[in-house]
Amino acid sequence: MQHYSMNLKLKVWRQRNVNEQGHFETYDVENVSSEMSFLEMIDVLNEQLIAKGGEPIAFDHDCREGICGMCSMVIDGRPHGPWKGTTTCQLHMRAFKDGDKITVEPFRANAFPVIKDLMVSRSAFDRIIQAGGYVSVNTGNAVDGNALPIEKDKADDAFAAAACIGCGACVAACKNASAMLFVSAKVSHLALLPQGEPERKQRVVNMIAQMDKEGFGSCTNTYACEAECPKEISVLNIARLNREYLDATLSAD
Amino acid sequence: MNWSQIFTSSIGKKLVMAMTGFFLVVFLLVHCYINANVLFSNPEENFNRAAHFMGSNILIRIMEIGLFLGFILHIVQGYKLELQNRSSRKSRYAVTAGNKTSKWYSRSMALLGTLILLFLVLHLVHFWVPSRFGGLTDVQYDGKTYHNLYAQMQDIFAVPWVVVVYLLGCFSLSWHLLHGVQSAAQTLGISSKNYFGTIKTIGIVFSIVVPLLFALMPLFVHFGWQINTGGVSLLF
Repeated sequence: MQHYSMNLKLKVWRQRNVNEQGHFETYDVENVSSEMSFLEMIDVLNEQLIAKGGEPIAFDHDCREGICGMCSMVIDGRPHGPWKGTTTCQLHMRAFKDGDKITVEPFRANAFPVIKDLMVSRSAFDRIIQAGGYVSVNTGNAVDGNALPIEKDKADDAFAAAACIGCGACVAACKNASAMLFVSAKVSHLALLPQGEPERKQRVVNMIAQMDKEGFGSCTNTYACEAECPKEISVLNIARLNREYLDATLSAD
Repeated sequence: MNWSQIFTSSIGKKLVMAMTGFFLVVFLLVHCYINANVLFSNPEENFNRAAHFMGSNILIRIMEIGLFLGFILHIVQGYKLELQNRSSRKSRYAVTAGNKTSKWYSRSMALLGTLILLFLVLHLVHFWVPSRFGGLTDVQYDGKTYHNLYAQMQDIFAVPWVVVVYLLGCFSLSWHLLHGVQSAAQTLGISSKNYFGTIKTIGIVFSIVVPLLFALMPLFVHFGWQINTGGVSLLF
């Protein structure tokens, strides 16, 4: 593919802190290489802003190789931008063309308050995990990982669910700001494996209770989450979550 | 952990929508089956006899109360969820993905439901109220007296704008079901890798066939069309 450079107009959400009202500001970014990632493009813009004595745009990022789940942003209405199965850090500027006007907003949901500019707090996800998204392990000698037989199908499905990086794009994409895809991935991952069995029922009930407490909306199965998920987590996990929840509540002692 | 969470948690509220939704789908099937009499030969007698059975059978009259409760629960819970879901994102996006990531009808269930509700009120005033509270003429078959509900249909559907409103009602119902059937299966946890495609197909077929049959009824009555079955009574 031919490399090219472009001039862009960026309409970016600026918000000083969690309490203040935010607003959009428009910036011109010149000579953007098609080989830059979206975050590198913002790095360039930030250097320009700093050189002029302005405040750089705050945004979340960490590994920049698509596996940590830290980067966020809604680009032209799409969490992580227009490419399928891609995080913002792996979105490259060849997705855009010269003269494009790009609107960049933070993930928006009551449960994800904006900390600054494009950074949101996703601590609600941490609290959901703390409520049950783990397995308890006794101390002692390490157990041989291969000692426990697991059906191939289940191992595959559990692995696919475990690919969730907890970035929150599902919440950002959902018209109800629902966290069901995230919770369903975490519940499925452990419910399919023997290691998750002892805490299986308590886990799903507690995680859903925490999810409701955090103020996420409820799922109406539009499946926008699956379409936007950078790890392409399947909505069939949501059906499994519903089954797990029904089973856990109906058979509670 | 206790079972009452089934109705108070976010998943529980959806379960109520899915279960009442499926119940209403069963009602639609019965309603469509009975009313399909008007599409065939001798519609007046066949339909009036069928309507008489539905109106006089004690089990069906008891079910009618359940049906009203099902409707009310589905409507009230639906609006409550819609309000709650809307308020879970107070700060709105400047740009949204729209149809790129989801179908418009899956995002518009409350709107489609409202259109169906408006239609339902009109429909009850047209047929259910006169059936239950008087206002129908009588007709005799084999020396027995029946309400002539078919004559009421002819009166109502003689007016062209009423026929158009009924057709629009059927359109709304079709879109509502197109999302609703597979969504209810997903909420009840029936969907899985093996059945996802089958459930979607069943949902699509149901949401096209049933509203289409309903849509044909006002058209057939308005234009006096019928499918000739050679005097044999079909369906009932």
